[in-house]
Amino acid sequence: MHAIRVRCRLFARYAEVTGEVVVEVDVPAPATVADAIAALRARLAEGHRLPARPLVARNRAHALLTDPVSDGDELALLPPLAGG
Amino acid sequence: MTVSHVVRGPLNLEQLVARVAAPDRGATASFVGTVRAGPDDGPVVRIEYTAYEEMLDEEFDRITAETEARWPGAAVAAQHRLGSVPLGDASIAIAVAAPHRAAALDACRYVIEQAKHRLPVWKREILADGATVWRDNDGGRVPAEGPGTVEP
Repeated sequence: MHAIRVRCRLFARYAEVTGEVVVEVDVPAPATVADAIAALRARLAEGHRLPARPLVARNRAHALLTDPVSDGDELALLPPLAGG
Repeated sequence: MTVSHVVRGPLNLEQLVARVAAPDRGATASFVGTVRAGPDDGPVVRIEYTAYEEMLDEEFDRITAETEARWPGAAVAAQHRLGSVPLGDASIAIAVAAPHRAAALDACRYVIEQAKHRLPVWKREILADGATVWRDNDGGRVPAEGPGTVEP
């Protein structure tokens, strides 16, 4: 079983509560967005302060928690949006 | 993407309108969103906008492409301001030109609604006493320096 390395980016309040902006996590293949987020929450000391089901983007496009992730993907955890 | 949708100084609607003007587009609609402080907002002195900038540009490109496909003949130009924005200044500006007014108005409404729901942008209110508050488009407010109340 090989591992998938995912680059996770944290923004705004999520960066503030965790003290991190970029974290790489490894998850066993095959894996979903939700698996990577679970690994991220477990990895960080303050990971429990991130929602288990956040709004998320994969490779700069909105994604579902059930979407698959591939090695080298970039996931972004998006706090509630406030543009406009 | 040919032109970035991100601006760090004052927005210029005239430039956006000029960008979408064409002889076969007889109607131009525009939208400008400005920073405001409502009656319950307290002494807000400025708002700081941050974004996932790479995605912001790509998402705005997708919204533009969708709009131009849905309203044939329409052209869209839109920008979002980031950084510190004083009250009363514009944070987003959109210009849509189309052959006729109905398409221009409908398409402009589509762009701002999609922008509000999809652009990865966050804003933090800076209050007169120095406190900061994260604010979202659903009206949620979370003290930025608070104990952390992100729901699991």
